[in-house]
Amino acid sequence: MDEGRPIFIQVAENLESQILAGDLPEGAQVPSINELAAFLRINPATALKGVNLLVDQGTLFKRRGIGMFVAEGAHDRLMAERRSEFSQSHVAPLVQQARSLGLTAQEVQTMISKEMEK
Amino acid sequence: MNAVVEVAGLTKKYGAVRAVDDVTFSLEEGGIHGLLGRNGAGKTTLMSLLTAQEFATAGDIRVFGESPVENASVLGRVCFIKESQVYPDAFKGKHVLRSAAWFFPHWDGDYAAKLVELFNAPLDRPMKKLSRGQRSAIGVIVGLASRAELTFLDEPYAGLDAVARRRFYDELLADYTEHPRTIVLSTHLIDEAADLLERVLVIHEGKLVMDADADELRGSVTTLVGRASDVESFAAGRDVLDRSTIGGIASVTIAGLNDNDKAAAASAGLEASSVSLQDLIVRRTGAISEGEAA
Repeated sequence: MDEGRPIFIQVAENLESQILAGDLPEGAQVPSINELAAFLRINPATALKGVNLLVDQGTLFKRRGIGMFVAEGAHDRLMAERRSEFSQSHVAPLVQQARSLGLTAQEVQTMISKEMEK
Repeated sequence: MNAVVEVAGLTKKYGAVRAVDDVTFSLEEGGIHGLLGRNGAGKTTLMSLLTAQEFATAGDIRVFGESPVENASVLGRVCFIKESQVYPDAFKGKHVLRSAAWFFPHWDGDYAAKLVELFNAPLDRPMKKLSRGQRSAIGVIVGLASRAELTFLDEPYAGLDAVARRRFYDELLADYTEHPRTIVLSTHLIDEAADLLERVLVIHEGKLVMDADADELRGSVTTLVGRASDVESFAAGRDVLDRSTIGGIASVTIAGLNDNDKAAAASAGLEASSVSLQDLIVRRTGAISEGEAA
């Protein structure tokens, strides 16, 4: 865990990434709070907070007494969310760095095209 | 939820020294909490007061709603593992465990036996002949297997190596999950224990200087690095915990930045990084006091 950021947010992001990658398909059961806490070596209350964040967003749903599951449509919604954030989270810092190195937009675009062809 | 510990205006003086100075807080039932602070900050004294091993100079203590002083019905529900525990001369590990079984109503002998294996604790040698780590191991076993409703662990792993400490964290977490209770862990190995803690109480020179949710603290403080003039103009009027300058580059650590502030800092060309719980506490308690400076 990254010590500088709230752990419950990292727990939520971690589960989101697994849903995005298809490791947790829609309808699949998510590890229990206790399993998450033991695996990540964190306080169970913190794990619960992270999972509840996803329940509130509708990414996960609870079935009383059984466990937590990935909601239908969660994958596509997360994908859309991450895509809309991509510019802010990844392109903006890239452009900033490119500027400080004196790279032109054309040069950066060429590099991106090359990288994406790999 | 019920408060298992309620403390108001608690003060303990040793001569002119205020080891605990006007401390007020309460702990709800359940959870693993950290009592953090530098050596000599007053952590052990505070826990000794809560378990009636010391008597308060002033203030009020309620444990399970009652004063703990000479109160067997309260103290039977509380376990306090001290780093500096003194045992009777001939006492061996097995005697310690036997007395614990007698003293703690929820004692789990099978679990204790499992922990003895796990920590490789010697039971047949006098406690005073054991190494620091071995004595700590026995303390940890008593602290966990007692399953007391309120458990204080004061630097429980002094002298334990990294492997044994990791085992202790894993056992603490697993057993707490199965048998939820209130655990107060005092430690200066903040980085190691930080992820286990739900709430953090920081004590400095006898005073309670921080009482907050551990996850709220994480990310509440940011270090900004950039051109000195940019840094200074951004930091003006904010809660600056720490600053340093090298050449034309300055670094400040600021509390209470929201997302807008962080975006503003980024567009001002400042590089931001979050501060870990340990760093945050070091910065809050590391200031040189008047006493030290004199």
